[in-house]
Amino acid sequence: MLRQIEGSQAVAETVARCRPQVVCAYPISPQTHIVEGLSRLVKSGDLAGCEFINVESEFAAMSVAIGAVAAGARTYTATASQGLLFMAEALYNASGLGLPIVMTVANRAIGAPINIWNDHSDAMSQRDCGWVQLYAESNQDAVDLHVLAFRLAEELSVPVMVCMDGFVLTHAYERIDVPGQEQVDAYLPAFRPRQMLDPHEPLTIGAMVGPEAFTEVRYLAHQVQRRALDRIPELAGAFEAGFRRPAGGLVRPYRCADAETVVVALGSVLGTVKDTVDEMRDDGVRVGVLGLGTFRPFPAGALRQALGRVARVVVLERAFSVGTGGIVSADLDSALTGLPQRRYTVVAGLGGRPVTKASVRAVLDAATADDLEPLTFLDLDRSTVEAVR
Amino acid sequence: MSAVKFYQTGSLAVGNRLLPIEQRSVQATGDRTNAITCGHRACQGCGEALGARVVLDAAMRATGGKLIVVNATGCLEVFSTPYPESAWRVPWIHSLFGNAPAVASGVAAALRARGRTDIRVLGQGGDGGTVDIGFGALSGMFERDDDVLFVCYDNEAYMNTGVQRSGATPPAARTATTQAVGPEPGNVFGQGKSAPLIAMAHEIGYVATATVADVRDLERKVARAMELHGARYLHVLVPCPLGWGSATSETIRVARLAVQSGLFPLFEAERGEVVAVTPLRGAPVPVEEYLRIQKRYANLFSPAVRADVLARIQALAERNIARFGLCRAEES
Repeated sequence: MLRQIEGSQAVAETVARCRPQVVCAYPISPQTHIVEGLSRLVKSGDLAGCEFINVESEFAAMSVAIGAVAAGARTYTATASQGLLFMAEALYNASGLGLPIVMTVANRAIGAPINIWNDHSDAMSQRDCGWVQLYAESNQDAVDLHVLAFRLAEELSVPVMVCMDGFVLTHAYERIDVPGQEQVDAYLPAFRPRQMLDPHEPLTIGAMVGPEAFTEVRYLAHQVQRRALDRIPELAGAFEAGFRRPAGGLVRPYRCADAETVVVALGSVLGTVKDTVDEMRDDGVRVGVLGLGTFRPFPAGALRQALGRVARVVVLERAFSVGTGGIVSADLDSALTGLPQRRYTVVAGLGGRPVTKASVRAVLDAATADDLEPLTFLDLDRSTVEAVR
Repeated sequence: MSAVKFYQTGSLAVGNRLLPIEQRSVQATGDRTNAITCGHRACQGCGEALGARVVLDAAMRATGGKLIVVNATGCLEVFSTPYPESAWRVPWIHSLFGNAPAVASGVAAALRARGRTDIRVLGQGGDGGTVDIGFGALSGMFERDDDVLFVCYDNEAYMNTGVQRSGATPPAARTATTQAVGPEPGNVFGQGKSAPLIAMAHEIGYVATATVADVRDLERKVARAMELHGARYLHVLVPCPLGWGSATSETIRVARLAVQSGLFPLFEAERGEVVAVTPLRGAPVPVEEYLRIQKRYANLFSPAVRADVLARIQALAERNIARFGLCRAEES
C-alpha cells in the first residue's frame, strides 16, 4: 500500500519487517532517523524479539554487530560518512569472517572540510573492504533493497551495504510501498548461519592466518563476490515475482536500445539524469542512461554487454579520488578495456551540491559533440578556485 | 571459599590432595575443561597463558560449560590460534584489537534475543587491548551494564609487538618505547591508569583484581563474577618473563611479590564500593625485592642504585597499603 512517508522511516519499518534480532546504533546525520525509527519500534514492542543497543561509537556499532551475528542473530546497523570511516577496521573484519550483517549507508561527504551533505565518498572509500554495495535510486528502491540485502547476505555469508543518498532520499517524504510482513516473510527465510558460536559445538572464529593460506582466503572471498554477481539478478527476479515491482539488479538500462551516448550513474541522481535524457530524446538526441545498482561486486560483464556498442560513455559520479579522478570511471575503464568508445567522467554533486537538469544537459550536449574534457567538475565555481590561489 | 587453613608458605595451589574433592581447586580436578589446551605457542613461564587457563576453566565450571569467549588481538590470541590450529575448547571469537568488549556485548545481545541467557559471555584481552585501544568499548560495555565478564590479563606492556609501553606500564620500567637511557630511565612517573578503579567508577556489579600467584583466589573471583549478571571486570596481573626480564621459573614468585610489596593490591568491589581486600601475608616486602628480579628495572640498580627512584616506587606501594588497608588484618 502506498503511503506518504519519509525515506528513513520507510527503511526503518522495512528493516523491522525483516525481523532483525539485534540492531545497534550510533547517531550520525543523515542516518539518524532510521535508527530512531527502529528504536521506537523496538521500545513500543512492535518489533518484538529484537535487542536495540545504543553504543558509544560507530566502531563499537560494527563490533557489536560482529559479535551478534557470530552468535546467530540477524543483525542490522546504519551509518554514514565519518562513521563509516570510523568503522573501517571492523568492516574488513566482518567481511573477512564472512558475517552477513546488513547496514544502511546514508551517503554523505567526508571531511575536511566537514560537510554533512550527500555524495558517495564514504561508501566508495570502502569499496575494497569486501562488502557488497547496493545503491538505491529512489526511496522505493532503498526500501526494497533492504529486503533483498538480508537474503543475499545470509545466502552467501557476506555483509551487504545498502547505500541511499543522505537527505536527498533519507529525509524526503514521498509515496512508498512499504513491504508487508507476509510478503517479507515469504521472501526472506529465517536466518540460518553458516557457522556460529555455540557451546555444544565449540568453534574458533578469527584465527591467525599466515602466508600459507591468506591468499586462499582472499581468493575465496572473491569467489563469493562473483557468486553474488549471479545471485543478485536472480534475487531481483524473485523479488519482482513476489512484490510485483522490480528491485535491485546489477545494471538498469533506460532508453539505451539505440543510444549513441550512455550516461552511467548511480544513486538518486539517476532521476535527474533520466529527466534530462527524456528532454534530449525529445530533441532527437540518441542518449540513454545505465543505472548502476550494484557497485561491489563490480558488474564488469553486465556493463560491457550493455555498453559494448555505444559510441560514448559519460560517467556521472558523486565521488572523486584525489590525484586520480573518477572512482566508478576507473573500474568502468577496466571493464571496457579494448572497446573503441570515447569515455568522459563528470564529477558531480560533491558535498551536496545540487545536480540540476540544466547542468547535466550542458555537459551531455558537450559530450555528444565530443567537446568535453575527459574529467569535468560539474558547475565548478572558477571564482572560488581563483580566490584561494 | 574453603575454610581449610593452608600452612604452606609456598604455592597456595599445593595441598589440594589433602582436601575433599568438592573443596579442591578447579585446576586440581580431573574434570576441568582445559579450555585452553596444550600445544599452544606461549613462551615458557607465560603468566597470561596460565591466567587464561585458570580463569576459563573456572568460568566453565561456574557456567556448566555454557560459555562463549571473545578475545582481543594480542599474545593470547596469536599464540593460541595459528591457523589451522586452535588451542581453544570453548566457542571462541577473535575480531580486532580494540573491540573485544563490544563484540562481547554483541554476543550477549544475540543470546538475549535468542532466549539463550543460560549461555554466558566472557571477554578477554591484554592490558593494551583493555586499558588503551579497547578502553572506549570497555567503558561502553560497562555503562550499558551488558551481561559480560571482561578479564584483563595485565602484563604491563604491549608484549606481542615487542614490549612497548602501555597505559598500564609502571613507572621506571624499561620498555622498547620507554628505554633505559637518559637521566630518568624507563617509564615516567605520574602517568598510567588504574583500570579497576575506573571500572568501579562505572558502578558495575563486580570488579576484582587477582594474580596468577593465587589460583584459588583467582578461581573464587571468577566464580563470584559468574554468580552475577551485568557488566563485571576482573583485572589479573600476569608476569611476562620476556617483557619483564624475569626468570621463566619465577612467574608465580614475581606475581606474589607484586602483591606482597603492596604494588598490586588485591580487592573486590561491588557497585563502586570496595567490599573485600586480601591483606598481605605478614609484613610488606620492600619493593626492591620485587624489582631486583626483573631486568626491566635494571636501570634502578646499575650502574648505580637509584635510591631516589626506589623511594618513589616504595611510596606508591605504601599508598596502596594505606588506601586499601592491606596490612590491617595480619598485623594485629
